[in-house]
Parts: sequence; C-alpha cells; structure tokens
Amino acid sequence: MADTAIADAAEQVLASRPDKAQLIEKLVAKLPEHVVLHAEEDLRPFECDGLSAYRKLPMIVVLPETIEQVQIAMQVCYANDVAVVARGAGTGLSGGALPMENGVLLSLAKFKKILDIDTANRRATVQPGVRNLAISEAVSDLGLYYAPDPSSQIACSIGGNVAENSGGVHCLKYGLTTHNIVELEIVTVEGERMTIGSEALDTPGYDLLALMTGSEGLLGVIVQVVVKLLPKPERAQVVLAAFDDVRKAGDAVAAIIQAGIVPAGLEMLDNPAIVATEEFVHADYPTDAAAILLCEVDGTHAEVDEHIADVREVVEREGATEVRVSRDDAERAIFWAGRKAAFPAMGRISPDYYCMDGTIPRKALADVLIGIGELSKKYGQRVANVFHAGDGNLHPLILYDANIEGELERTEEFGGAICELCLEHGGTITGEHGVGVEKIDQMCVQFPPDELTQFHAVKQAFDSKGLLNPGKAVPTLHRCAEFGAMHVHNGELPFPELERL
Amino acid sequence: MTTSADQSQQLSERVSEAFANAKPLHLRGSGSKDFLGEAVNGETLDVTGHAGVVNYEPGELVMTARAGTPLAELEAVLDESHQMLAFEPPHFGANATLGGTIATGLSGPARPFAGAARDFVLGCRIINGQGQILSFGGEVMKNVAGYDLSRLMAGAYGTLGVLLDVSLKVLPVPRTQVTRVFEHTAAQALQQISDWQRKPWPITGAYWEDGKTYLRLAGATSSVESACEKLGGETLDDDGPFWRAVREHERPFFAQSDRPLWRISVPPAAPMLDIDGECVIDWGGAQRWVQTDMEAVALRRVAKEAGGHATVYRGEAQPRFHPMGESILALQQRLKKSMDPAGILNPGRIYPEL
Ligand SMILES: Cc1cc2nc3c(=O)[nH]c(=O)nc-3n(C[C@H](O)[C@H](O)[C@H](O)COP(=O)(O)OP(=O)(O)OC[C@H]3O[C@@H](n4cnc5c(N)ncnc54)[C@H](O)[C@@H]3O)c2cc1C
Ligand SMILES: Cc1cc2nc3c(=O)[nH]c(=O)nc-3n(C[C@H](O)[C@H](O)[C@H](O)COP(=O)(O)OP(=O)(O)OC[C@H]3O[C@@H](n4cnc5c(N)ncnc54)[C@H](O)[C@@H]3O)c2cc1C
Repeated sequence: MADTAIADAAEQVLASRPDKAQLIEKLVAKLPEHVVLHAEEDLRPFECDGLSAYRKLPMIVVLPETIEQVQIAMQVCYANDVAVVARGAGTGLSGGALPMENGVLLSLAKFKKILDIDTANRRATVQPGVRNLAISEAVSDLGLYYAPDPSSQIACSIGGNVAENSGGVHCLKYGLTTHNIVELEIVTVEGERMTIGSEALDTPGYDLLALMTGSEGLLGVIVQVVVKLLPKPERAQVVLAAFDDVRKAGDAVAAIIQAGIVPAGLEMLDNPAIVATEEFVHADYPTDAAAILLCEVDGTHAEVDEHIADVREVVEREGATEVRVSRDDAERAIFWAGRKAAFPAMGRISPDYYCMDGTIPRKALADVLIGIGELSKKYGQRVANVFHAGDGNLHPLILYDANIEGELERTEEFGGAICELCLEHGGTITGEHGVGVEKIDQMCVQFPPDELTQFHAVKQAFDSKGLLNPGKAVPTLHRCAEFGAMHVHNGELPFPELERL
Repeated sequence: MTTSADQSQQLSERVSEAFANAKPLHLRGSGSKDFLGEAVNGETLDVTGHAGVVNYEPGELVMTARAGTPLAELEAVLDESHQMLAFEPPHFGANATLGGTIATGLSGPARPFAGAARDFVLGCRIINGQGQILSFGGEVMKNVAGYDLSRLMAGAYGTLGVLLDVSLKVLPVPRTQVTRVFEHTAAQALQQISDWQRKPWPITGAYWEDGKTYLRLAGATSSVESACEKLGGETLDDDGPFWRAVREHERPFFAQSDRPLWRISVPPAAPMLDIDGECVIDWGGAQRWVQTDMEAVALRRVAKEAGGHATVYRGEAQPRFHPMGESILALQQRLKKSMDPAGILNPGRIYPEL
C-alpha cells in the first residue's frame, strides 16, 4: 500500500542519522562556504517559527542566493537521503518550518528581489523571500496592490504565503493566496527546476498550481512567484458595530452576508480581546461591549456610500448597541489599529498565547464562540477571540504561561478540543495557518484513513523518498493509531487493521 | 426537476469492479462536452443518475450538489435567492451537468474578473480509481487541512476521480448590469481593456468581435453608473442574450465551420498574435478564438511564445490539448497514478499518457 511505503520512507527519514561533517563537506564542495551554516550560534536563529513552543536546532542551514544554489542543495540532499525543511520568514503559526536535528533547513531569506512589475497584465514577478507588504508598497505608485494581507504582512514572505495558502482581512472579497497567484517556479526534491501554472489564465494538464498552494513545503521548494495585482479601490470605509451579546454579533455577521453585501473585510473581537487591545493601542473601542464587528466596504465612492448604509441598517436591525462609521482614512486606520495590534496586545497581558485557526460555517459562529467560552471554564484558561468573522475563520487565542508546569500541555489539549468543536459544526481544523506539527493529530480526527492514504500517495508522486518536510501536515496512519483519534466513519472503528499502542 | 438520488454506492461498486479487472471507464455526464479533448475507449459510466441539491444555504454562500445535477437546475435554484455561479459556466447543451462543468473546468466571460470554476470549488466527494469514496475540502470558505485535492479535480476531465458531490462558493447576483460598446480595432481593444482594468471599476466582461469592444459592468447600481459616465460608449440594450451567446459559442463567428477553431489562452495584454485567420477576443484579451488553417505546430509555437497555449475545439489536430514538457508530463503521470493506479478513469481523455 502506498501509505505503508510512504510511512516507512518517512519514518526512515525521521530516524536517519546522517553524518553532519560529511554532508557539510559535500555541500561546500559545490556551494560557496558562506551559504552553508553549521555552527551552533548560526543555527540558533532558525530553531523555531511563530509557534515558539516547539524548538529544534537544525543540523545544517543552507542560505542560498540563487536558484542554481537551491538546486545544488536539493541535489546533494537527495543523493544523501537527507530531509529538507524550507523556511521563509518563519512567522508560521503551526510549526511548518520547525527544523529537524537530522535535516537541512533551507532558508529562502536571501531571495528578496521584486524581479518584474507588469502593469499591462497587472502582475508582479517576485522572489519567494519578498515580504508580503513589500509587493503592495512597490506597486502603490501605480495605483495597484496585492490583495491577500495576512496580519503578519510586514514580516511574512510570499513563498510562505503560497506554502500556507495564507489569507487576511481582505480575503473575504478578494480571495486567498490561491486566487491571487498565476505562476510558480519550483525546485523539486531531485533539484530540478519546473514551472507550475503560466501567465495565461489556465495551463494545460492538471491544476498543479492549486495543489502546490497550501502544500506546506511538502511537494517542492518555491523559488519564484507571479502574483496578480489589483487596482486600489477609490475609497474604503469601515463600520464599527458594538454588541452586548456575542450571539447577536455572530448572527449579525451571517445577516450582513445574507443581505447580499460582500464586505472587503469583516472582523470580530470579543470582550477580552477588546479590553486587551484597548489598553495597548487606545483605538477607543467600547470596552464594555461583549463583541465588536469591524466591517469594511470598498469600491467607488458611490458604491461605498450605498453599502455603508446597507451595513448600518443590518447591524442596527441585529441589535447593535453602538454604530460608528469612519469619517476619513485617518479614522479608518484608528478603527483598524486595535485589530491589527490584537496579537501583540495579548503578549502584554499573558506570557504566552496559543493561536487556533478553525473555520466554521458562519451560522455556527455564535454557538462555537459560546462553546469555546465553556471550554475555557473547563480548562481554567483564558481565551480571547479576534478573527476573520466574514469567512467564519476563528482565531481563539489561548492565554498561558509556559513556565508553569503542565500549562502548555493543558493548552494544547484545550486547543485540540476547540478543533474538535469546529469539526462538530461542519468546519475544519485550519483555515489559513496550516497543519504543520501543531495540528497533525487533529488531522486524524478530520480525515478518515482512506483520505490520509490518498494524501500520502499524492505526496509520493512529488517526493518518493519523503524528504521534503517529513512528519508535517499529513499524519501517518500509525501516528493516528497512537493518537487514538476517533474518526468514526460509517460506524466503523478507525484503523481496525492497526495495533493499539 | 430531475429526481434526486444518491448513487454513490452503486457508482463506487462499478469503479471497484473496473479497478479489480483493470477495465477502463468512460465517465459521462450527458456528453455535451464530448467534442472537447480525445475520445475515451471504455465502458460508459453514466453519472447523471447521481443528482440533486444536497445542501444550499444562501446565507452561507455555499451550495453542495450531486455531480449529475443539471447545471440549468442549479442555476434556477440559485436564482430564486438572487445568487449565481460567478464563473458563468458555459452549458454547451441543455442537459449539461455540474460534474461535467467542474471536470472540464470551463468558465465563461466573467472568468478573468470573478475567477474560474476552480476558484469557487470549496470541497468535493469523489470516487478514486480504486473505488474508494473520499471527501476533500468542505463547505467552509477557508480550509488548508490536507492538500487541495478538490480544486485539482477542476479541469481534470474525470481522469483523477469520479465527482460525486461538489461544494461551490456562490455569490449574490449584482444589482445592476450594463454593457457598453466601443468601435475598436483588435489592437486598440487590447490596449483599452488593459487600461480600463487599472481602474477600480466593476468590470465583469470584456469581449471584442468584428470591430467592436463589448464591456460589461455589474455591481452596485451607483458604481456601475459612475463607471459608465467616465467610460462613454453606447449602451447595448438587453445585453443578457448577447453574453449568453458569447458564453455558449452561439455568436455567428462560432457558427462558421469551414476552418478549424482554436482556443488560444495567453496573458491578457499579449499583443495580437501572428496567425492568419479570423479572431474574436474574450476574457479581456486572455482567451482568443481563432478560425485558421494554420498548421498546429506552428500555431502552438506562436501561442507559446506569447506565454500561452492552444487547444483545438473543432478540427483534426492531434493532440487536441497543447503538449506538455517532458518533466511536467512525467509528474502528472505520477499524480494520475496516485489517484488512479490502474489507469481506468477516462484514460487518454486529455492526453494519451494520462
Ligand atoms: C502575528 C501573526 C499574525 C498572523 N496573521 C496571519 C493571517 O492573518 N493570515 C494568515 O494566513 N496567516 C497569518 N499568520 C501566519 C503566517 O504569517 C503565515 O502562515 C505566513 O504565510 C508564513 O510565511 P513565512 O514566510 O513566515 O513562512 P514560514 O513560517 O517560514 O514557513 C511556513 C511554511 O511554509 C513553508 N515554506 C516557506 N517558504 C517556502 C518556500 N519558498 N517553498 C516551499 N515551502 C516554503 C515552510 O516549510 C513551512 O511549512 C500570522 C502569524 C503571526 C506571527
Ligand atoms: C441523445 C442526446 C442527444 C443530444 N443532442 C444534443 C445536441 O445535439 N446538442 C446539444 O447541445 N446537446 C445535446 N444533448 C445534450 C448534451 O449532451 C448535454 O447537455 C450534455 O451532455 C451535458 O454534459 P455534461 O456537461 O454533463 O458533460 P460531459 O460532456 O458529459 O462531460 C464532460 C467531461 O466531464 C467528465 N465528467 C462528467 N461527469 C463527471 C463526473 N461526475 N465526475 C468526473 N468526471 C465527469 C466527462 O468524463 C468528460 O470528460 C443531447 C443529449 C442526448 C442524451
């Protein structure tokens, strides 16, 4: 069976003990010495990504400067059966770029050039290490921008965005990364360069562009990206609506969408998030509200007027206790300041926080938020919710202190319970942050064995030795059996063929 | 209304049996798109009986339906709630099914502005080449758990799996739609369309034929009106049938049949191609239809140099889809094998090797 083959391959790779000195020698024989890092102090900065609870020192870091060097690094690793973890800016929140002690970390940090801006076709060709925001900044004078805007956009790389299929506040209207790229250059595990997609709107054969997007570095290394650019809207305006009840706020989200409005962004903060951000940035949020919605509409001047009136009417009908409309761009920035600072604000009120990412149908928002509140009581840990409400994409932030014995473990358990709550409501365990190492066990709950086996077979078509980012994103059936997740499929016990450990 | 029936089990048994005997299957909706691509030798697996809307909640902007559901029926259901399939799929026949629509991945004039069929796929349930019923994606707007195998189904022509149910993102029908007409040569049209698209106007169609550019705007009434004011041009009254005819290849251009018909897909602003023949331009420049006797290899070279590729819609050229490079084809063969190890699902439908 494909799964057994790939599971064996992956387990071999995970357990392998490559000779570090020998590998360094082989790499520097073909690469400039300064791109191969192996001293502990040089490796330390790469030991974790945004999920800092997990740390590992990579065996070797390769920091290539050209695509040819990426190819060479991949060829050497392939020939020596060494695993490779690609890394962009390391802002990932699921441990996707967590290094391996017996593997190479391939950092794309040096690939920072915007290679071409094509105004006639409204596209930009960029290297993978280019920061998300840098693209919009570079084309701003031309009246254009790149739409997907993760909150981490000042830091995260476009290569990482493609690998995670990242979203952002404006994805409700303008789509995710997968909707906003047209072509990729990748380097395969064997070190071959390949073009995926094209500058036309479709490409012969299978849609590999869709498959590569969100594949978390398991199918290939992205070395160049062609993104779509959009004209900047004439105007954007935001409505801030406060509610005295989370349920009303959740229902208002569904009502806005149902009214036929497609806002540019529709975000929600619950009371703990409002209070924490207000103390931090003073955006003048109503701190007594149970929840606030920030609803942005954009377009031509006339369109914005029309939609702002519609949104106001809907939220008032849904019982908003207060409604404010931004008067100008300065005020709009203030309305957003709190939302944008929400994560750092949590960092101020708690030593650590753990960010979840489940996505649910919008109609389930209120029930799930209330359910999370109940779990919070059960686990005795505080939660703040600040999230992409319009897409139904939750980001419960569980506050904890890693220095307190057992608190991280309890937090992870709580996080797992939130994932399962989302699944119960017809949702998914991850909307935009990826599975990485963090949600690998919940994958066993979301997917039955046949689906997981199919994923492994697809992986094998790209990477038969299982060298690219092994142990991430898709769990082996053995791992699921150990985890003991109960995905009861058609009333059968999962993994009956596997021994319980 | 067609009858609603769940035939997943029967279909999966048929595929399992074919897998066990290594007997190829020819997946068939109602065959409206048989002219596209290569003929398939195999026992017919009729998927039209697996039909019906499974879930539709206008407030969620999601519809899930079985693959055999007639497209016309889905669109009628959506229309009752003033919603639509924003990728404007061509029907090419009265009984076109949802499965055939997604499997071919075809999209209409709105494609460059609203997105393609694949962009609206949120999830699907399929039968792989071993007869296993598998679910990928879901009914939520964002989902990055596991590889995106549901979008991969769009445009795979049933060679990777039999589509059972498909969940699509649907959108509200715009409140207002207006089409403006301009006198342009083809080259002027390409330039003008490219310039227009740098404005924040609600463009949803840009088509050129016989000295005229047709620009469709749709969205909030105010925004359509203000764009029209700046644009000028003549209004095309009752533009619905016009765009339907563009979508369905029912414009007079498509009725001529003395020469092969080619679809050339290029970056939208690519200049006029050096191909001798008659041409219309859709997708704001990105999709060019050409009637020409030009020899396939030469024509494909021109398309490729412009950054695109060419498909034969009517004519004898082989292969019908643009040939792929060696390593990308090898990768696609391995991918096909991973989903359909015995090679029984529509073998040869897109390429002899897949
Ligand atoms: C404060 C904060 C806010 C955030 N907000 C959002 C948000 O709103 N929306 C959202 O979607 N995410 C958000 N994130 C998560 C994160 O920023 C995104 O996932 C981002 O896309 C990761 O990019 P990166 O360059 O940092 O990738 P990394 O963390 O370096 O890597 C992420 C994954 O991509 C792979 N990878 C990276 N580069 C490549 C490449 N060139 N080729 C192949 N694989 C590669 C890695 O192996 C890893 O699996 C947030 C993170 C933080 C810290
Ligand atoms: C006797 C008869 C005569 C007809 N004559 C005409 C006519 O003259 N003119 C006319 O316009 N229409 C005609 N029609 C109607 C026309 O055939 C239908 O409109 C059309 O068949 C619908 O096909 P489809 O869209 O389902 O796609 P199809 O053409 O059936 O399929 C397109 C592609 O998708 C694949 N596919 C289909 N379903 C699935 C699935 N569930 N999973 C995976 N892959 C799938 C197929 O294998 C194929 O590769 C006729 C129909 C009949 C029965």
